[in-house]
Amino acid sequence: MSRVLVGVKRVIDYAVKIRVKPDHSGVVTDGVKHSMNPFCEIAVEEAVKLKEKKFIKEVVAVSCGPTQVTETIRTALAMGCDRGIHVEVSGKDYEAMGPLQISKIFAALAKKEEASLVILGKQAIDDDCNQTGQMTAALLDWPQGTFASEVTIDGEKVKVVREIDGGLETIKISMPAVLTADLRLNTPRYATLPNIMKAKKKKIATMKPADLGVDMVSRVEVLRVDEPPTRLAGVKVETVDDLVAKLKANGTI
Amino acid sequence: MASPLIRCFSKVGRQVSRPWSVCQHGLRNRSTQPDVSAEQAAALGVSYPPLQTYSEEEGMMRDAVNKFAHERLAPFVSKMDENSHMDAEVIKSLFEQGLMGIEIDPEYGGTGSTFFSSILVIEELAKVDASVAVLCDIQNTLINTLFTKLGTAAQKERYLSRLSTDMVGSFCLSEAESGSDAFSLKTRADKHGDYYVINGSKMWISNAEQAGVFLVMANVDPSAGHRGITCFIVDRDTEGLQIGKKENKLGLRASSTCPLNLDNIKVPEKNILGQIGHGYKYAIGMLNEGRIGIAAQMLGLAQGCFDQAVPYTRQRVQFGKRIFDFQAMQHQIAHVATQIEAARLLTYNAARLKEAGRPFIKEACMAKYFTSEVATLTTSKCIEWMGGVGFTKDYPVEKYYRDCKIGTIYEGTTNIQLSTMAKFIDKEYDH
Repeated sequence: MSRVLVGVKRVIDYAVKIRVKPDHSGVVTDGVKHSMNPFCEIAVEEAVKLKEKKFIKEVVAVSCGPTQVTETIRTALAMGCDRGIHVEVSGKDYEAMGPLQISKIFAALAKKEEASLVILGKQAIDDDCNQTGQMTAALLDWPQGTFASEVTIDGEKVKVVREIDGGLETIKISMPAVLTADLRLNTPRYATLPNIMKAKKKKIATMKPADLGVDMVSRVEVLRVDEPPTRLAGVKVETVDDLVAKLKANGTI
Repeated sequence: MASPLIRCFSKVGRQVSRPWSVCQHGLRNRSTQPDVSAEQAAALGVSYPPLQTYSEEEGMMRDAVNKFAHERLAPFVSKMDENSHMDAEVIKSLFEQGLMGIEIDPEYGGTGSTFFSSILVIEELAKVDASVAVLCDIQNTLINTLFTKLGTAAQKERYLSRLSTDMVGSFCLSEAESGSDAFSLKTRADKHGDYYVINGSKMWISNAEQAGVFLVMANVDPSAGHRGITCFIVDRDTEGLQIGKKENKLGLRASSTCPLNLDNIKVPEKNILGQIGHGYKYAIGMLNEGRIGIAAQMLGLAQGCFDQAVPYTRQRVQFGKRIFDFQAMQHQIAHVATQIEAARLLTYNAARLKEAGRPFIKEACMAKYFTSEVATLTTSKCIEWMGGVGFTKDYPVEKYYRDCKIGTIYEGTTNIQLSTMAKFIDKEYDH
């Protein structure tokens, strides 16, 4: 029961107004505020909590991307992670990077670091993929507890309460396992100033995907990015009969 | 002044001269502006960075406090103002976040960071509530600094760890008859063997309701005039120390401001902070630094108010267009934004000068004087821009307007700042 890997992703801050690039190849990221994906914050918080309860000895924060992602790793360190790993990916590889490549990297790292748990956010707020956790588990052939709203360690097993459409599902899975954090799992702590200072001394190791034997070639090509259609004004009607008449008139019923 | 800004880390004592580069400047509104850290910018190799360049640590602290202030403090603000009472929960969370011991050594439970970090923290807090900012400012720039600079090992041991974790401090200089004329204070300390008996009363003491320790300036030898003023450490539970009823104030209402009565209180000799008769020097020295802290508070206040008002002008439509789009409004808004930017640069520069160990007193006075004036202008204009709703308590701008007024008064009135600046200017033309 020693080590947990936590994945943290650097995404455009949730408060920023997103703009599509004029050439429709993606969204504008230059000069735009970025921060840690909120679900990753929840994942970090859960890992640090497990460490505080003495279920695990070490929390390692991992992020993939260019130099800027080290800021995100530092934030994770300031929240209580022990050390960080920065997997360097930049340029075209970074733009094309998706859940498949990330999960390959995480699977390789999980084996290398002999992790008992890999905790990720359920999805990232920029692509909303909700795939990395599941793919990582599959590549490792490990059990998965996704959409976790409650995690309890019970000896060599983990009890996970999952948020599903119908309500809550409780499962018990053996470790090592992959967990993905949902919104209600916990409330992430604020990085206190002393912890920010301590984080400066914590180590962040750097490596490349090739060092882990992972090829970054993408099987997905983004053809075009568009803004959602502008919402048109609605029409107010006075009575139910009017409503039915209008719906019939425009062919809805 | 063409010499590069050299940053002295006061804790570690090493001199770091980093080439910095162009960073994003402009209004730091709603923290949606990205950051360029000093380290990142160094890669581009330009030697004289803009003032709004922060080390990675400073940037992280600023963002952490910004988030904390907007999420954890904001819900308490209007209730605390209404009831003229600082919620204990708020003070506890300030300690928990490490905001009360920013420059204190980690050995004593502090954060171990720099003066500039404190300035950024105070600015961020003031954007949300100036009362909370002043509590944090007094603790960090006055109380902690006095103990750190002047305390004996025993005093530091006893007080610094408490000040960084759970105890608030108060600085007691002013009296009913001595405000700007601080050194004419009448509180006396008479020596009796190995202890002193202090008699007198103090007024306008901030944090008094919450403080566990009071730094009291008393005169041990009135015949020596100000050279008798000595700084005494007085614990709250000292017999004879009476904390009076707090003032019912126009602004900064959540910050407790009380009169203090010292009725034959016995203070042991070992509770003297620094040297006997040097209290006046310490007071002046600390207030010079405290000035920059107040400048940061007024700066944050102005920015916070501005950040509330401008979005309103972008939404409010009259005569078929946003009121922001009227030229008169645009000119007023741009004018105020310029004043805030200038205030920010004065404040940051004064802080960096102090950290660099260079003369900073004139600049600190300029920063405090200018930012308090800018805060007054900004808050007044913001209420106007918001029209009728700006005048109601339903919207936060009226609180900023009330809070800003003390800026031109406390920790050295505007007139005192101007006179001090004039003295320096006079000397500059001496040869």
